[in-house]
Amino acid sequence: MRRVVITGQGTINALGHDVPQTLEAMREGRCGIAELELRDLDRLSVRIGGQVKNYDPEALFNRQQIALYDRFTQFTLIAAHQALDASGLTFAGELSVRSGVVLGTAGGGVNTWDENYRTVYEEGKNRVHPFVVPKLMNNAAASHVSMEWNLKGPSFSVATACASSNHAMGLAFQLIRGGAADVMVTGGSEAMLSFGGVKAWEGLRVMSKDACRPFSANRNGMVQGEGAAVFIFEEYEHAKKRGADILAEVVGFAMTSDAADIVMPSKQGAARTISGALKDARLNPSDVCYINAHGTGTAANDKVECAAVADAFGHHADDLMISSTKSMHGHLIGGTGAVELLACIMALRDGIIAPTIGYEEPDPECALDVVPNVAREARVEACLSNAFAFGGFNAVIALRRAP
Amino acid sequence: MADSVRDKVIAIIAEQAVLEPGDVAPEATLEDLGIDSLGLVESIFAIEEAFDIQVPFNANEPEASEFDISSVAAIIAAVEALVAEQKGA
Repeated sequence: MRRVVITGQGTINALGHDVPQTLEAMREGRCGIAELELRDLDRLSVRIGGQVKNYDPEALFNRQQIALYDRFTQFTLIAAHQALDASGLTFAGELSVRSGVVLGTAGGGVNTWDENYRTVYEEGKNRVHPFVVPKLMNNAAASHVSMEWNLKGPSFSVATACASSNHAMGLAFQLIRGGAADVMVTGGSEAMLSFGGVKAWEGLRVMSKDACRPFSANRNGMVQGEGAAVFIFEEYEHAKKRGADILAEVVGFAMTSDAADIVMPSKQGAARTISGALKDARLNPSDVCYINAHGTGTAANDKVECAAVADAFGHHADDLMISSTKSMHGHLIGGTGAVELLACIMALRDGIIAPTIGYEEPDPECALDVVPNVAREARVEACLSNAFAFGGFNAVIALRRAP
Repeated sequence: MADSVRDKVIAIIAEQAVLEPGDVAPEATLEDLGIDSLGLVESIFAIEEAFDIQVPFNANEPEASEFDISSVAAIIAAVEALVAEQKGA
């Protein structure tokens, strides 16, 4: 069977504008969540988020590019640039045809929708910029990546709410393993921290006004984040032949549907997906030392997720570590699985487990080793990354140390 | 005023529970009426809109909220208090 390895990574998120800054923040358990800087903040009741600060798009993109790149596309291109530079790949001839891009985003160009609704509804103007549609569409980021790097193989965007990135990366993995592509640029992005984007989440009454404290008994909801992470998935022999620096191996993926509730998670659905990923990866439960949790910090998710892990792993659930880095970078919605995969690769490569920060009180319903507040050193052979979306769509990825 | 708050709140809960207002007993809990967490959030939204008030409620810690949802009567009393406080009635 064709094997799939990761040969490049890039990111921009609330913890840093690149991978080294982000991993350093994760090692130090630093929080990227702060008071939001956005228009009409006084009309919001939720005023915190994992926002990308000190960000100047004009320094990175020219005027024509900014006319076409929504914030979520900008974040994607920044992360893709880092990942592709690190991989050392260039795409021409046969490789170009055998390479594609699959990216997750839940909202796509939310800021573009927001700004242009203001123009026509609030300001009463009857004209919008001609590029509104190509700027806001969900596949804009993936399309610009394909154009920038000449990727002519299978390419599309995935929108499954909070599981978008995991679905995207899982599909990229399957496309290479199944023989449809040799290299896939994959991951995801989200830029939903606009007035309308935050207001919509506020309505559901699941947001915290002070902090994201996954698994802590006093947790009181999720905190939104923004940013992107992009990875280069490559067929193992192809990577080996060119002497690529292999960061980790992608060994398994499973996706399921709860077919139950539009917002409440399901223990059975989550457990079935975790077990499915282990089976697909041909891993024994005892091979897994670390899980990057979905861990949103809501009352419902965290207890259901812990129960699902206990079901899927049996006694071994007490021996493994599970942490939620959303406590630091916030919930990037459609981009979250991608940023969280950085923590998985750090665990495998550097032997450092990112902590769950903001942890204050043990919750008997979340009685696992959640790596509270301080990063830990451990040799990790294999790990999982969980994503359980609104709408009951679950996606779990399994990684192993580089071969 | 008190009666109209009571009638409006019962009407909102009845609509959510798909019941006649007369079948919504003050001692009933939302669970008795078959209202789940999404139904509760939607009811609170309808209450805020109907009375033009802000209801402090976080679905992650319903017990910790100052807004008592333990029964229909408790919700009516809580709404009356919020109306008095926020509308200066």
